[in-house]
Amino acid sequence: MTIELKKYSVQLNKVTKIFDENFVAVDEVTLDIEQGEFFSLLGPSGCGKTTILRMIAGFEDPTEGIIYLNEKNILGIPPNKREVNTVFQNYALFPNMTVYENIAFSLRLKKFSEREIQNKVMEMLNLTKLNGHENKKTNQLSGGQKQRVAIARALINKPTVLLLDEPLAALDAKLRQHMLVELDNIHEEVGITFIYVTHDQSEAMSISDHLAVMNNGNVIQMGTPVEVYESPVNPFVANFIGETNFFSGIVKDIKTIKNKDKYITLQTKRFGEVICFMDRAVEIGSKIQVSLRPEKIKISTKKPNVPANTLINFLQGKVEEAIYLGNQTKFTVDINGQYMKTFKQHIRYLLDEKMIEWKDDVYIWWFADDSYLLDETGGIKK
Amino acid sequence: MKVILKKGFNVFYSLPGFLWLFVFFIIPTLIIVVFSFLTPGLYGGAEMPFTLSSYARIFSSSGFWNILWRTIYISAISTILCLGLALPVSYFIATSKHKNFLLNLVIIPFWTNFLLRIFGWMVILGSNGLINSLLFNLGIIENPLNLLYKPWSVVIVIIYMYLPYMIFPIYSSIEKFNFNLLEAAMDLGATRSKAFWKVLIPAIKGGIAAGILLVFIPALGSYAIPQLVGGTEGAMLGNLIARELMVSRNWPSSSAISVVFLIITTFGLFVYLRINNRKVKNLKYVLRETYDIEGKENE
Repeated sequence: MTIELKKYSVQLNKVTKIFDENFVAVDEVTLDIEQGEFFSLLGPSGCGKTTILRMIAGFEDPTEGIIYLNEKNILGIPPNKREVNTVFQNYALFPNMTVYENIAFSLRLKKFSEREIQNKVMEMLNLTKLNGHENKKTNQLSGGQKQRVAIARALINKPTVLLLDEPLAALDAKLRQHMLVELDNIHEEVGITFIYVTHDQSEAMSISDHLAVMNNGNVIQMGTPVEVYESPVNPFVANFIGETNFFSGIVKDIKTIKNKDKYITLQTKRFGEVICFMDRAVEIGSKIQVSLRPEKIKISTKKPNVPANTLINFLQGKVEEAIYLGNQTKFTVDINGQYMKTFKQHIRYLLDEKMIEWKDDVYIWWFADDSYLLDETGGIKK
Repeated sequence: MKVILKKGFNVFYSLPGFLWLFVFFIIPTLIIVVFSFLTPGLYGGAEMPFTLSSYARIFSSSGFWNILWRTIYISAISTILCLGLALPVSYFIATSKHKNFLLNLVIIPFWTNFLLRIFGWMVILGSNGLINSLLFNLGIIENPLNLLYKPWSVVIVIIYMYLPYMIFPIYSSIEKFNFNLLEAAMDLGATRSKAFWKVLIPAIKGGIAAGILLVFIPALGSYAIPQLVGGTEGAMLGNLIARELMVSRNWPSSSAISVVFLIITTFGLFVYLRINNRKVKNLKYVLRETYDIEGKENE
């Protein structure tokens, strides 16, 4: 077995940015971004993600803290000397230049020979599938093409890190999906670190190796998309990444099953006793909040056959809302006054099978392992 | 509801504009052109027969060529200096938080009469004026300097008068400029000054061209400024035309100078239109941009 030493291409060490002496945009953020990975900064607008990007690029200086690029402190180095290139939100293509000249811009500044410039630009045009568009002016391009020019222009320098500031925000949904796949291919081909800023959780989930969820200038949670989705640390993350149901109760009992896994019995106001997997330390008698993803809940009009003492919770309720979405139906079930959201996939469509409808009495159930306990404090780790 | 205009009506709608231009622009210009080919009357005015003698007279006079040359270089120097001053000033205003306040500061001098402001400069530049008395009191000079009645006193006052006409178009083009482009240029390795030259200046060249036109052409036509602060050494074409008309009472000759002058300014205008024409060619892309036809990949 070999021990692989992880190399970091970008590290932030307790970086704080304060604007106008009182607005804290970024609050003691520490990030370690590995070489060659696709890292996303995800959060609602105004959470400080773009400020972090601008600090890495060199357009802003942190008020406190240090930023390392390839394990070297880069503070004080101007943007034009950093081995970092940016794909700007609205592309920021130079309108007075052709596609070719836009892509060649940085090479011209470095006084490359015309031959080298041509080779490299052609290589970039191939990479971004822009062949044949090189002599067009930027205002003759469609949104997706502009996006590609911006990527080609930023990549031609072979930077250590490519920063992408909401690059797909201006594209329509279909094209966004398409460009996302293309970005992933480009990332694979060039192999450099990509740092991607977005407020769109589905973009970040589908493309990232790691992502950091941010809110109010803090990194709330960092991990792989699966980690963040399956075990969010607090209600903010649970709600921001996908949909979820919350319910709370008081820990009544903790039991160990098969000498291994611990489960808690939660006394809730509306659901009675609920069994939950204990994924973090709690004390008997404390009040906690639980998150349960809609897709983990099964729904049926027939009473499920649940043997006693199994790790399945089941409840009875009434359908309050049924939204047909084609591939699935989204239900909101009223259980003693609390709403629970769930999906039913239309795996098979049988005409003679009765569909669950509005005001039907239904049963919902889920495995105790599928819910997770949330950190009520907000989960901000400093 | 669709309004369909009959073809003939288009002419009808443009008639008022055409009449206005015809009566107040084309007719006076034609009168000047016709007068320039007539014989001077004894007590002013112009008489038959047609002759080219006025043109022969002005082209053979060295005074005319001197003043023409002076008019062009005074206007050109003033325009260049205006541009040099207006670029940093408009950039500063456009990026400032107090845009409106600063723009008002540029406008405020317009609230005072044009002539009064020229007199103001006579007070500043005069032999007992502000600059001379300051230098004298500081012990730098013993005898007052001749600051008035020189070509460059005209340059100073033209710059003062026409600087706002340079600032406004440049300001408005800088205001529309996407400053992300400067960041993009620096991100790609350009220094700040390289980014200015390669990205900002090309983007605002329309504003610069408009500013040059708005300063250069009125400067060519200066009359009051050289009249008051220029003296004989700083006299310009406008003064020559007035002198021919009022003092020499030679209407055809002053008309001939006006015609020459008209040709020079029209030439300037053509150069400007040449520069701007390139934009017109791109009109369809401008339209496309405006209506934002996006997302259609032609692959």
